[in-house]
Amino acid sequence: MRNMMLIAKQDITGSLRSRWFIGYSLVFIFLVVLIFVSGVTESRVMGFTGLTRMLLVFIQACNIIMPVFVLVTTVRSITGDRESNVLEYMLSFPVSLFSYYFGKLIGRFIIIFLPLLLALILSLIIGVLKTHQVPVDLFVLYIGLLAFNSFAFLGIGFFISSVIKSMEFALGISLFVWLFLIAFIDAALIGLMIKQLLPETVVYMAALLNPVQVFRIGAISLFDPVLSVIGPASFFILDTVGRAGYTIYALIYPLILGFLFAFAGYFVFKKNDIL
Amino acid sequence: MVEINNLCKSFKKQTILDDINLSVGDNDKIILLGQNGAGKTTLIRCILGEYFPDKGNITVYGTMPYVKREDALCHISFVPQIPPPLNMTVNELLSYSSGLSGFDKEKVIEYCNMLDFDIKPHLVKTFYKFSGGMKQKLLISIAFARNTDFYIFDEPTANLDTAGREKFYMLLKKIIGSKSFIMISHRIDEVKNIVNRNIELDLGRIVRDEKV
Repeated sequence: MRNMMLIAKQDITGSLRSRWFIGYSLVFIFLVVLIFVSGVTESRVMGFTGLTRMLLVFIQACNIIMPVFVLVTTVRSITGDRESNVLEYMLSFPVSLFSYYFGKLIGRFIIIFLPLLLALILSLIIGVLKTHQVPVDLFVLYIGLLAFNSFAFLGIGFFISSVIKSMEFALGISLFVWLFLIAFIDAALIGLMIKQLLPETVVYMAALLNPVQVFRIGAISLFDPVLSVIGPASFFILDTVGRAGYTIYALIYPLILGFLFAFAGYFVFKKNDIL
Repeated sequence: MVEINNLCKSFKKQTILDDINLSVGDNDKIILLGQNGAGKTTLIRCILGEYFPDKGNITVYGTMPYVKREDALCHISFVPQIPPPLNMTVNELLSYSSGLSGFDKEKVIEYCNMLDFDIKPHLVKTFYKFSGGMKQKLLISIAFARNTDFYIFDEPTANLDTAGREKFYMLLKKIIGSKSFIMISHRIDEVKNIVNRNIELDLGRIVRDEKV
């Protein structure tokens, strides 16, 4: 455990100095400021305004931006370490692969979640100063959704890094995974339903398995009373399991997905040549 | 100390190590020779547990390094051929390496000084920003500070100037005593007074293993 924390600390301090982390943090903080400055918070379209509106826009942007950032930076970091012989040296010390792999995972999770948390807190501060509302339940839910979703993509990123040793190929696969998941949110699902290419249950299942879609429905469902901004798959799912049931699913599913991919990645990492 | 039996390693369909048998005992000071692509670095990586053997086995003090890494690697200090571009300060590197292998950080500063590298003013600098020679001196000092029974040097003087190489060999002589090492080097003249065993690899096989 001590070694694992040592690896996590080393990954955090290294990442805090890197340019990608500065860029990654600035993107989300800039996003909050942009939403505030642009006056989106004043909009009353679709029935919600103020801080909830701000959080909704922020979370929707995170839904698209966060997965690609997490996948690309994770894959770049780990396969890059392998290609540049950093891994050869770091693993020449007496450390178990379990401690190294999961230490990296913990460090990387803290690094990717920290800017998201700071941006959420910033949006809360701005919103409270402007509207004097504090939607605590929404804020807590969004922290959970962002944390567990970023963990899901982190697990997928670690899995890709373990399976694919070439950085360019791993980056290509990461982008493909991201595009595939982004494509299969409601827009593509509606197309499949209209064309009747797949049975409805398969379409709903696809929606429930896609972490981007799960995140999207979970983020919007709490405060869109008529569900006007989500598509038919989301509408059906919410109608079937209810909002409370779905919220629990939206929190637990990405967590399980992240763990499954992270452990699968670890077993591949452990069973094959490290370099 | 290190026992290698019938070790074979291939990548895709290319055989890199072909039925290697090697025993390294106390006080074995080995120079590992061979042309580029002979399998020297692959052999080192197998000993470090970074590659799994396709056939045969390796033990370091009775432990397979690819099975129980911690138990095997606590006996081995390693200096790579090319210092990796570590994105960490010297302080962080010392914390990482001493945290995992439990050595006194002051020893690293002492050995760096003996290699004519005053590291103290550079402790907060990032490792990859140092020159090749400075990086190599630091990694050599860390390896010596670990004070293990067995050392692996993969062309440790490749980035050092003449004075740096001389200092390194002086330090090696002083520290190594009856400990053992394997050193990959193409500069046989420089190490002939230090080593007592020559091993030559060619196309993945040991073609020469002689005491000197």
